[in-house]
Amino acid sequence: MASPVLSVVGLRKEYRETLAVDNISFQVGRNEIVGLLGPNGAGKTTTINMLLGVLEPTAGTIRIEDLDLATHRTEALERTNFAAVYAPLPGNLTVSENLHFFGLIYGVKNLGARIDELIRQFDLEAFRKVKSGVLSSGEQTRVGLAKAMLNHPQLLLLDEPTASLDPSVAREIRDQIREYAAQGTGGVLWTSHNMYEVQDVCHRVLFLSHGKILLEGDPKTLPAEHGKESLEELFITVAREPLALEQA
Amino acid sequence: MQMNRTGAIVLRQFYLLRGSPVRVLPLFAWVTVDMVLWGFITRYLNSFVSSGFNFVPALLGAVLLWDFFIRVMQGVTTAFFEDVWSRNFLNIFATPLTISEYIAGLVLSSVATSAFGLVVMIVLAGVIFGLSLLSYGVLLVPFLLVLFLFGIALGVFACAMVLRLGPASEWLIWPIPALLSPFAGVFYPLSTLPRWMQYVGHVLPPSYVFEGMRAIVRGAAFSPALLAAGAGLDVLFVLAAGWTFTKVYRHAVRTGLIARYSAESLS
Repeated sequence: MASPVLSVVGLRKEYRETLAVDNISFQVGRNEIVGLLGPNGAGKTTTINMLLGVLEPTAGTIRIEDLDLATHRTEALERTNFAAVYAPLPGNLTVSENLHFFGLIYGVKNLGARIDELIRQFDLEAFRKVKSGVLSSGEQTRVGLAKAMLNHPQLLLLDEPTASLDPSVAREIRDQIREYAAQGTGGVLWTSHNMYEVQDVCHRVLFLSHGKILLEGDPKTLPAEHGKESLEELFITVAREPLALEQA
Repeated sequence: MQMNRTGAIVLRQFYLLRGSPVRVLPLFAWVTVDMVLWGFITRYLNSFVSSGFNFVPALLGAVLLWDFFIRVMQGVTTAFFEDVWSRNFLNIFATPLTISEYIAGLVLSSVATSAFGLVVMIVLAGVIFGLSLLSYGVLLVPFLLVLFLFGIALGVFACAMVLRLGPASEWLIWPIPALLSPFAGVFYPLSTLPRWMQYVGHVLPPSYVFEGMRAIVRGAAFSPALLAAGAGLDVLFVLAAGWTFTKVYRHAVRTGLIARYSAESLS
């Protein structure tokens, strides 16, 4: 059996008196899209920040492609990339300049050709020489996704990647990410508040509440397993009555 | 250390300069103002002195060297501030880039921008006021090197300070050279200062450069060992600055400060 792309064991983050992430363990397999769900403040972004190496866990291990992030940070992050709505690329560089800059940092081979490919894929040709800061939020999201794909990451972290896209573009992006996960040997960890999208895209979901993984399973069958009609209804229950699910 | 990653930081700075005349202007505008202002002041002072003492290499030369130090320091800090201003910490520190590669990129960016400022100053001071840095002889090279290393050390330390204290602390950084200049003896010998200021001055590597420069202008002897002491202090300052930045970065990663520079919350 192939080793997972991401393996998280006993991950915990404490800020003085606040426990943001409480001893969570999970994996992302090859060709798998895993949804990380939960209400605001559940610990999703804290978890993603720890996976990106910009936040040190209080305890636990993170292995990306079997490389321990704590001891092999550079090698692990060479195989990782991310896009997040709260981390737009520098607005004072053009789309092409941003992709060149990050492409060099990630050590992308044949960078020029890879940028051309991504610019075509994300329909950014018209904006190649436009400063990223003047693009619409949807266009900026597409540039962020192009940057996230630059190094053919084995682990792709997407924090609400379609939040600012219109339904038509959002569907295209979902298709591209699904195709990306299916073609290579990588995996995707995806956060979203759009439960229809999650049901459509994710193979497996993890529900976080108060820093703990409360539920885990197939987004298509999980609601019924907990007596709910839809994933959205289940999400609302997790947000409002997590104790009821914990005790169930 | 991978050069492509360090090169990316330099390339980003080139892109920013290429795309923005507002960023190019400060590379030569302030040094031009300083050269013209102090050039005329020295010319005026020369008109009072009957002994034939030339203020140009003593005063205008000192301004030129001090401005070079400021350009080096601000070359490092400005390249760093670009990441602060564009809220880019999360993007940049979530990559394989190491701290040494990042700092090396800031330093190389500063080499390019400060060299540009130096050339502008040499041309202006030479063409308009007849200042020739060659009058300092072979010591010119170690003079520039000592000032360069101190500029790098102070620049990296300033970056650590802004990383630790937050974007608003940028305003504490700009006046640092002005605060140091009275102690460094840019325009007068250290012996002019009260004792306690002399002690501070002796800890600052630029003071050895300006003492040496004045000795050469007076035709007096100057021990290269003193300049070597200045260089030695420089090495200590550079190591201390690198250590400080690394410690502050690790603290920022531990507390979530890096993520907070970009993310809206720490949910």
